[in-house]
Amino acid sequence: MDVEFLSRLQFAFTISFHYIYPPLSIGIGIILVIMEGMYLKTGNKLYESMTKFWVKIFALTFALGVATGIVMEFEFGTNWATYSRFVGDVFGSALAAEGIFAFFLESGFLAILVFGWDRVSPKMHFISTILVAFGAHLSALWIIIANSWQQTPAGFKIVGEGLAARAEINDFWAMVFNPSSIDRFTHSIGGAWIAGSFLVISVSAYYLLKNKHIEFAIQSMKIGFIVALVASLLQLATGHSSAAGVAKNQPAKLAAFEGHYETQPADLYLFGWVDDSSQKVYGVKLPGMLSWLVYFDSKKPVIGLNEFAVENRPPVNFVFQTYHLMVALGMAFIAMSILGIYLLYKNKTYNKLWIKVSIVSVILPQIANQLGWFSAEVGRQPWIVYNYLKTKDALSKTVGSSEVLFSLILFTLIYLLLFVLFLFLLDRKIKHGPETYSSDMKLNLSPIKTSN
Amino acid sequence: MFGLDLNLTWFVLVGVLLTGYAILDGFDLGVGAIHLFVKEDFDRRIMLNSIGPVWDGNEVWLVTGGGALFAAFPDVYASTLSGMYIAIMLVLFMIIFRAVAIEFRSKEESTLWRKSWDYAFSVSSILIALIFGIAIGNIINGLPVGPDKEIHISFFELLNPYSILVGITTVALFMMHGSIYAVMKTDGNLQNTIRSWVNNTIIFFVITYVTTTMATLIYIPRMIEPFKEHPVFFLVAILNMLAVANIPREMHLRNEFRAFLSSSASVALLMALFAIGLFPNLVPSTILNEYSLTIYKHASSQQTLNIMFIMALFGMPFVIAYTSSVYWVYRGKVQKDKLIY
Ligand code: HDD
Ligand code: HEM
Ligand code: HEM
Repeated sequence: MDVEFLSRLQFAFTISFHYIYPPLSIGIGIILVIMEGMYLKTGNKLYESMTKFWVKIFALTFALGVATGIVMEFEFGTNWATYSRFVGDVFGSALAAEGIFAFFLESGFLAILVFGWDRVSPKMHFISTILVAFGAHLSALWIIIANSWQQTPAGFKIVGEGLAARAEINDFWAMVFNPSSIDRFTHSIGGAWIAGSFLVISVSAYYLLKNKHIEFAIQSMKIGFIVALVASLLQLATGHSSAAGVAKNQPAKLAAFEGHYETQPADLYLFGWVDDSSQKVYGVKLPGMLSWLVYFDSKKPVIGLNEFAVENRPPVNFVFQTYHLMVALGMAFIAMSILGIYLLYKNKTYNKLWIKVSIVSVILPQIANQLGWFSAEVGRQPWIVYNYLKTKDALSKTVGSSEVLFSLILFTLIYLLLFVLFLFLLDRKIKHGPETYSSDMKLNLSPIKTSN
Repeated sequence: MFGLDLNLTWFVLVGVLLTGYAILDGFDLGVGAIHLFVKEDFDRRIMLNSIGPVWDGNEVWLVTGGGALFAAFPDVYASTLSGMYIAIMLVLFMIIFRAVAIEFRSKEESTLWRKSWDYAFSVSSILIALIFGIAIGNIINGLPVGPDKEIHISFFELLNPYSILVGITTVALFMMHGSIYAVMKTDGNLQNTIRSWVNNTIIFFVITYVTTTMATLIYIPRMIEPFKEHPVFFLVAILNMLAVANIPREMHLRNEFRAFLSSSASVALLMALFAIGLFPNLVPSTILNEYSLTIYKHASSQQTLNIMFIMALFGMPFVIAYTSSVYWVYRGKVQKDKLIY
């Protein structure tokens, strides 16, 4: 196996694993702000116990996000040294900004969020919660700016030639607001809110199934479904906007998403299978719909894959599938959250089947988020920096395949262990449940019980 | 901006971030390094609680230092991380292991479970310090940087005697630093026990440090030249000796906080000595001096350095404010009724 393949595999594996946790932290973070805000506003102990319970889950996802994130940062240097030399001038500053502005904020106030209940006033605690949630969004912002820059580079010039070529910033704000960063940031954040809210929904549904903590569960579920509805509508809007952006800036990628070969008015497939050799797509389509979505004109031609040399096209069927599954899941989330809110409103949530569906649903946003990134990143191939540097030229020159194989095997083992422990602890915390919140309890901010 | 030498500024700023890391994560790695010497389960939980709210924030200094190195000196970031691939991977694995050990240790009552995580915590703490020390040793020593800026060296070649010596010195330094911190955060019997170890860790550190200094004087005269050229730099070395000498004195006076400040100062001064000896190189080449990776030839553009400098001007006051407020909120002894780990 060659170094390129192994390095790509390792990067995909480690980033996909990392991306299990940040969306949960971002999503739970925003829900914590809502819960604790309600507590401060109403003084209702129920909200206090909700906040305290979700803070514990938050701390867990956060810890895993940090441990796996450190790997990501250094992997640019270890496995993609040539890429790092090429992008350092532009991209490094976004990464450094993430550290200076976001990570310190998050990790500093996290200590107060998790351990500080009895050390600071309720107001100060709430402020810490807001700052941690804000920090999590901020770190997503900076890393997505960096990633968007490599998708749609802007605000730079190329200095040097051949192997010594590198990108240098000449317009910082053009780099920050490159053509895809806002769409992709809002879209990823939407995905994170969906991930967080469905975790809340799933855990609440589990309590309903077990007939435990009923009031707690119903109230949490309400918050969960409202956030889920807002976020999944947002997701449709930002996803649409992303697609229009991709059509403009990365036409080969969009063409691959829809298996569109000839430059002509384009159809939108609901699902299908692309046969790359015969350039045919088998499936159900809405004629002219892609042209309409991109240009609001079903007759306008969309650039097809045949405009690009074969070696400059991404794997078509792969991204077709990942992309269509993501969109289908997006529709499902909208439907589910509308149904969920309706059932809550009608007091009909106690349907066994619905409860079971709600419990399992937690996995779906995770899948959608992964599929989204697979579409965006595999759809960018063969480029690592779009139109400027190819993935195969971006590797470390001094690292051999045996070394990457070694690290890949170790990552696999360690991450397996990490994942098992994560599930184990999550399960523990969920089974343990919230602290009691009977209304005759005195309104004092007691420290977190530590028996779990 | 302000006619500053931005390359020099970023050399200093990356140094400041990594020094912040060495001081802060240094003490929690040090607590990890002495963890197994503490025998009782309850006491071990206190040890973990003493670093509980802060260790994660301490690691952010490494993350940001790494980001700053990437941004300011991309070639150095690329060459060293890829050139020392296996060593870096081992550090990363240890960082993960350690985080997991801290998080999971107290979640089960079983002795086997807790013992295993205690070992994982302590061994990973020691190895992280050791490998970082070895990396520093190799940089002092110089690495085979070629004309293509790449470093061609195998993992085992990194394990040369000088670098291992620097690695052990780093472990000793953090053990001293961490045990002083632990004395500061504990009370009663546990505090007395750890207090009795501090002197041993100081002796351990002084022996390794003196040995390293001799070895450097003999084998790596390049590190000494800046001091000969600008004798004021000897002040840094002298201050460092004073800082170290002050530790046993403050410990004797039961001024643990001041002892801790002294050992922090000593960490910072050692980093300063390292930086002075290195300047203007970041990685000296053992093949040919002109291949060395330097802060002038291998930096990002002036514009990027400038943008980041503005960011740092805005950001660092906040960073310092957050860091100090967290330490302020968690000042004082570990509260036994609120054990979390
Ligand atoms: C700032 C940079 C950045 C960010 C935020 C992401 N990626 Fe990425 N990704 C890269 C930078 C990158 C890269 C370094 O540029 C890679 C390595 C090889 C390549 O072609 O691009 C890459 C490749 C890559 C691949 C392999 C594609 C292939 O080799 O065909 C996958 C599946 C992902 N990424 C998935 C993700 C996921 C799930 C992310 C969500 C967190 C993510 N990426 C964020
Ligand atoms: C290759 C790309 C990435 C790198 C290099 C990276 C790097 C890191 C690092 C170093 C940390 C730990 C910070 C600490 O010590 O506190 C971290 C955590 C985090 N990352 Fe990533 N990350 C990447 C991708 C992403 C993406 C795409 C997102 C969000 C959309 C994201 C969001 C977060 C968040 C919110 C945290 C805080 C911990 C948590 O909430 O789980 N990261 N990341
Ligand atoms: C509702 C219909 C949806 C549409 C039309 C849509 C559209 C898109 C498009 C076009 C991209 C590629 C952007 C690029 O390459 O620059 C993308 C990426 C992505 N999608 Fe979606 N999406 C939808 C739903 C979802 C849902 C429900 C989730 C997750 C819960 C999700 C998560 C992601 C993620 C994480 C990415 C990668 C980050 C990015 O490039 O923005 N998407 N989506």
